[in-house]
Amino acid sequence: MESAESLNIEREEPEINIEDIDIDELDPEDPFAGRLVPAIEFRDVDLAFDDQVILDNLSFTVRRGETKLVLGGSGTGKSTIIKLVLGLIKPDAGQVFVDGDDITEYDDVELMRVRRKIGMVFQEGALFDSLSVYDNVAYRLHEQGVEEAAIEHEVVRMLRFVALEDAIDKMPAELSGGMRRRVGVARALVGNPSIVLFDEPTAGLDPPTARTICELAIKLRDLEDVSSIFVTHEMNNLEYISSEYATIDRQGQIHFELEGDKLCLINTEVMMLKEGNIVFSGKDEQLRQSKDPYIRKFIRGK
Amino acid sequence: MNPLLRLLSELQGVTNLLWRAIKGVKKRPRYMHELVNQMDKIGIGSISIVVLTGFFTGGVLVLQTYPTLEYYGAQSNLGQGIAASLFRELGPVLTALMVAGRVGSAISAELGAMVVSQQIEAMRALGTSPVRKLVTPRIVALIVTLPLLTIAADLFGLIGGGLVAQQLHGMDVNQYISSVRSGTHVADVVAGIIKPIVFGAIIGLISCHKGLSTTGGTVGVGVSTTQAVVASSINVIIADFFLSKLLQSALSSTLF
Repeated sequence: MESAESLNIEREEPEINIEDIDIDELDPEDPFAGRLVPAIEFRDVDLAFDDQVILDNLSFTVRRGETKLVLGGSGTGKSTIIKLVLGLIKPDAGQVFVDGDDITEYDDVELMRVRRKIGMVFQEGALFDSLSVYDNVAYRLHEQGVEEAAIEHEVVRMLRFVALEDAIDKMPAELSGGMRRRVGVARALVGNPSIVLFDEPTAGLDPPTARTICELAIKLRDLEDVSSIFVTHEMNNLEYISSEYATIDRQGQIHFELEGDKLCLINTEVMMLKEGNIVFSGKDEQLRQSKDPYIRKFIRGK
Repeated sequence: MNPLLRLLSELQGVTNLLWRAIKGVKKRPRYMHELVNQMDKIGIGSISIVVLTGFFTGGVLVLQTYPTLEYYGAQSNLGQGIAASLFRELGPVLTALMVAGRVGSAISAELGAMVVSQQIEAMRALGTSPVRKLVTPRIVALIVTLPLLTIAADLFGLIGGGLVAQQLHGMDVNQYISSVRSGTHVADVVAGIIKPIVFGAIIGLISCHKGLSTTGGTVGVGVSTTQAVVASSINVIIADFFLSKLLQSALSSTLF
């Protein structure tokens, strides 16, 4: 936050404590009432494996419709954050809120309900090798017992979104790394989750394919109103996602436009981790101005 | 970690898995398709090796015992000895060991690879319990198919023994069959079916546990596969001793 002060950027963010908000009291007619509840909130989360501290008193929020870019070197607890949101691991102390619900003490059945509204894109795609692309994407719907006709419609729609309709009958082993990743995105987006988590989705991909994945994240943020956590350690991901926005024209064509010098995207925040602590939180412009040696080294690579 | 602590934590892991697998049987959705699929893979897929094992075990049993029996002029009792040893011990144990080698390794390698490539986490993230979807069908499939495979091994063992007795020792087939029939007791057959049910559960539980607790990338998959086969084989043999003792007193059948 040092950098924010040095830049004299005044950010008037209303202090919202979600414990003060009673969801039932919100006016159901007001379309913005529900938006006050953050999509994800971490409150004083501690986590350690054996003697190694992974997260140290971590607190942050992801507002509705916001994309939180989580930066940091390997082993700084980036992926752990995502697993905590899904309830795959439990924090040692502190609370994790998803849509205002404290999921920390939830049992498996309740967690399943939470996970239904969350889509997750894994590092290597994590496709089920024994299932075809169709069955992979349809997995969640099959589990929920949706009718086959509806499933097929949804799967085709999702594969079109990631431009992979032709691969519908292939097995994961036949796909390239980038295609696997895109199928992973399609699988995560089935069922229109309101929260999508990306765990280094572009690691090991060639720049054009990595760009495609980032464009998907931008489309989700700007056109589908999805809240997301985007974990990455690649600076070009940050560049794309924090400085471009998607618009849709009358013909239904999607365009990506640069924010330029006059705009600042408010639905994208950057958070940098170091040894389980937040060393930076704010806009990408602030990140670039930062004097912190760790951050400067991370941005420039030297 | 010291060995005793490790043993205890393994035991805890297996017990925990057993409990969750049992709960998985009751809950919906039940993965019937997966169960049938696993029965096909485990049961039908293992028939050939189990039949071959049974056949040659029966054969070698006759080959080794016939000269001794002949020395005492007791050839007419050959079938009784063969039937008793096959039904009580060799059928169940050898079948279980063959299946532990073939299926136990496959299960732990498959689950281990799924852990390493984050597929298990993806499954949980997509709202499915891996225990219910993967572990329960495999254990149930083993419990159902292993007794059937054991019966197949028993039968082919008797056939193999009969063939050796007739071809190499010139024994009359009818005499062999009648001595087999007089040596076959209901208690033996029942014990021979109860044992593989327990062995199936042991193989399934240990292999699934080893697979799901894989760590350390692709090397870890190899390690857990080895451990799964070794641990399930040893445990089958240990359990066999105690089961034999238990069933002996329960079914009041005496060996020979």
